[in-house]
Amino acid sequence: MSRQDALVSADWAEQNLDAPNTVFVEVDEDTTAYDGGHIPGAVKLDWKTELQDQVRRDFVDKAGFEKLLSAKGIGNDDTVILYGGNNNWFAAYAYWYFKLYGHQAVKLLDGGRKKWELDGRKLDTEVPQRSQTSYTAKEQDTSIRAFRDEVVNAIGTKNLVDVRSPDEFSGKLLAPAHLPQEQAQRGGHIPSALNVPWSKAANEDGTFKSDDELRKLYEEQGLDSSRSTIAYCRIGERSSHTWFALHELLGESDVKNYDGSWTEYGSLIGVPIETGPGQSGSGS
Amino acid sequence: MCGAPEQTAELPAGTDLSKESVLVGKVLAGGSPVGGAYVRLLDGTGEFTAEVVSSASGDYRFFAAPGTWTVRALSRSGNGQSEVTVGGPGLFTTEVSVAA
Repeated sequence: MSRQDALVSADWAEQNLDAPNTVFVEVDEDTTAYDGGHIPGAVKLDWKTELQDQVRRDFVDKAGFEKLLSAKGIGNDDTVILYGGNNNWFAAYAYWYFKLYGHQAVKLLDGGRKKWELDGRKLDTEVPQRSQTSYTAKEQDTSIRAFRDEVVNAIGTKNLVDVRSPDEFSGKLLAPAHLPQEQAQRGGHIPSALNVPWSKAANEDGTFKSDDELRKLYEEQGLDSSRSTIAYCRIGERSSHTWFALHELLGESDVKNYDGSWTEYGSLIGVPIETGPGQSGSGS
Repeated sequence: MCGAPEQTAELPAGTDLSKESVLVGKVLAGGSPVGGAYVRLLDGTGEFTAEVVSSASGDYRFFAAPGTWTVRALSRSGNGQSEVTVGGPGLFTTEVSVAA
C-alpha cells in the first residue's frame, strides 16, 4: 500500500466524477449533510443504520454487507471513493470496513467533505439512481481487526496507540469535547498505550500529513516499527483514521483497528486501566 | 457517538451546568452569522481537541474541561480565532470573527 493507491486528491476527484466503474460514496453518522448537498453523483452510506448491526454491537454480517452494496448499486469491479465529514473519520472507518470484507479497489478522498466545501467545489442535492448489482463479499479479514482478548494480551508487548484527545486518554473526559459527557464507563486508557491523537496525522483542512511528517510523528511518539500495532479510540472510527495512516499510507505491516475501543475496554470487568497522562516516547 | 450533533443555541437536555463546562458562541463575519464554518477547539498548547460545523445561525458548542482554549473557525470567507479561559463548571460564551 502507498499513498497513491489509497488516497485521491480533491482535484483528481473533481476531474473523475463521471469516470467509468468509479463510485463516490459519502459516509457519515448524521446523513443530513449529504441531504443538504453532496459531491455530484455520490451515494450515501449511513454509518449508524447501515454499517452497524441494529441489535448486536457489531458490524452487519457478510450477507448484510452484500445486500447493502448491491442495493447501493456498487459492484465488485467498481472503484469506491469514500469521503465524509468529521475529517473523514467515518469514511476512514468505511474504508477499513470495505477492506475487511475484501473490497480492494477503495480509496479515500484526501480532506473529505471539509476540504471540498472550503475549496468551494460543487455540491449537488440530486440523489443518483444506480441500478442494483449482485455484490459478493469475502469473509472478514481479521488480520486488520482486533478483539478484546487480543488487546489485553497486547499490553506491554505490542504497540497500543490510543488516538483519543489527551483529556480522554487521561480519564478527565469520557467523550470528545463536542459531545455531552453522558458515558457511564470508567475513564482512562489501556496500560502501556501511547497517546497519539488522530488529529496529529491531519492538517487543518482535513488532508493527511505527508509520509515524512507521519513517519516522524509516530517515531517521536515512541511507536516501535518492529512490533505489531493495535489502534483504538472510543468507538473505532478515529482509530480507523490512524490505522489508515499507519497501514495504508506508511505501509506498516501488522496494524489492527480495535473497533470495540474504549467503550468496550472501559466497561470490562477485571482488566487493568491506567489514568493520567501516561507515557510518551522521546523521553517526555 | 462521535459524530458532531447539530449545533443549536439551546443546550441538550440533561446538561448540568453545575458540573459541566460548556463553551458556546457564534461565528461572525462583519457582524453577520456564518453557518457551515468548521469550528475547531484547540487546547492550551494549540493541540486540536474537537471540531464542529456551525449552524445556520453561526452557533457552535463544546463541552470542555477547565483550562485555556482557542476556538478557531475555518470558512470560505476566511479564518479567525478567539481565546477563552474555562475556570470551572458553567456556560462560557465566545464569539469568533472570520475575515469577510
